[in-house]
Amino acid sequence: MLEIKQLVKKYQTGDLAIDRVDLTVENGQVIALIGPSGAGKSTLIRCVNRLENSTSGEIWLNGENIVKMRSGKLRRTRRSMGMIFQEYALVERLTVMENVLSGRLGYVGFWRSFLRKFPQSDIGAAFGLLAKVGLDTMANKRADELSGGQRQRVGIARALIQKPDILLVDEPTASLDPKTSRQIMRLITELCEENKLAAIINIHDVALAQMYAERIVGLREGRIVYDGNPDDLKPNVLSEIYGKEDWTNVRKQKTKNKNSIKEIPNTDEHMEEMQ
Amino acid sequence: MTKKLNPKTRVWHYRSRNKQLISWFIWLVATALFMYCWQRVSESTTWFFVWDAPRIAGDIGYRMIPPRWSYINELWEPLWDTLNIATIGTMMAIVMAIPVAFLAARNTTPSTTIVRPIALLIIVSSRSINSLIWSLLLVSIIGPGVVAGIVAISLRSIGFIAKLLYEAIEEIDHNQVEAVTASGASNLQILIYGIVPQILPAFAGISVFRWDINIRESTVLGLVGAGGIGLQLNASLNVLAWPQVTLILILILLAVILSEWVSAKVRHSII
Repeated sequence: MLEIKQLVKKYQTGDLAIDRVDLTVENGQVIALIGPSGAGKSTLIRCVNRLENSTSGEIWLNGENIVKMRSGKLRRTRRSMGMIFQEYALVERLTVMENVLSGRLGYVGFWRSFLRKFPQSDIGAAFGLLAKVGLDTMANKRADELSGGQRQRVGIARALIQKPDILLVDEPTASLDPKTSRQIMRLITELCEENKLAAIINIHDVALAQMYAERIVGLREGRIVYDGNPDDLKPNVLSEIYGKEDWTNVRKQKTKNKNSIKEIPNTDEHMEEMQ
Repeated sequence: MTKKLNPKTRVWHYRSRNKQLISWFIWLVATALFMYCWQRVSESTTWFFVWDAPRIAGDIGYRMIPPRWSYINELWEPLWDTLNIATIGTMMAIVMAIPVAFLAARNTTPSTTIVRPIALLIIVSSRSINSLIWSLLLVSIIGPGVVAGIVAISLRSIGFIAKLLYEAIEEIDHNQVEAVTASGASNLQILIYGIVPQILPAFAGISVFRWDINIRESTVLGLVGAGGIGLQLNASLNVLAWPQVTLILILILLAVILSEWVSAKVRHSII
């Protein structure tokens, strides 16, 4: 359903963020996109809904090429792509309800949205989704009163009320604690399954990716270097995605070096979580 | 190059030697300039009048008290005019400043090469002319009275409000705008959902702040014939009616205190 062909994104500074990427996402398939910071994960999904314009290549969604679309058509197509953001990106000074309903803006005319006169079916759907993410009593709270996990739930409801075919999820757990991260990932994947949604989830937490995604794509310097089963992510594969690192021995090495001030192994905290 | 430096004896300076010299030189030039200016001002001052000033001030102060309280009944109407000039002028300015601000902000302007410079020009020309000068011009164009004052206040305020507002627009969190964009919203919808909620507090604060300034500015517009309590002030000064001047100044002070109180209250309740 989503087919990315030979996608290239080159920034004006000359940096090549995406280098000839081919990727096909089947209906209802949940993909985790992993890779080091700066590998182009965000850029890739932002090219899909054209928050950024790609340099060359094609992106086909349900038989139409997104890259070629003009603004009106693009807006209608964006409705079928729900996006969930790293820092939640809720409109902080609007209420939870307004934030969820803003997912319907692509369907509702200007004056209706200006006067907050959304169709009853939208309001019903919003209450339904808020109940599903456990926030139905918070509808009239302002977004900036919520905790991180609650905000991300609102973000999820906002993406789902669009009635999308695919979710584009950009580091949904990067600002959350480990427990909330798991809850959010479980919620996203459950909702995908329930609504037969496909999803591309950018995530730098390899353990979480393995836990919740059915397929893992590894990106390094803008190129796909791994595409396969979560269980096949062995240390040698991780080295290929992230660069050489001791993927198993972190704790032991640290204790050995405890008394000298020599360099501590340069590991990210999410690698420790893997053990 | 390859010699290993001992970290215990490595020297670190806040400024390099050259930077220190430059900084010293700038201080030297600035001090010399100040001394020169002081001398010039001193030469062109008639010091006799300056030494005489405390006596004159005391004399006028003596004549100013007590205020002529009975004069107050003639002041209510001009005071009301003054408040109206400030309030209506501010409202007109807000209406005109909002589109200018959106055209001037880098992230909302339709074109950075043509429209934005025009908007910036409007802002600069409005800001560079004091409302007293606007009044002088307008009194000769549309004649003396309250209307000239209102228009003067609003022309002066457009630039102020538009400038602060466009800076607020440029500082919004772009993520929120992107989130609204990603839902398939139209440009106008992005404006009202992604941008307006973010700048609303700044907008209210700016408007009330400008209204507060305009109360003060509108009290003097009467000096050039643009209506308000300044007319009475001018008349009283001309006939050396010092007790009336005192009363007018007291009234202006109260009006300003009131406006500052209101503006502080409003801003506090928004933030």
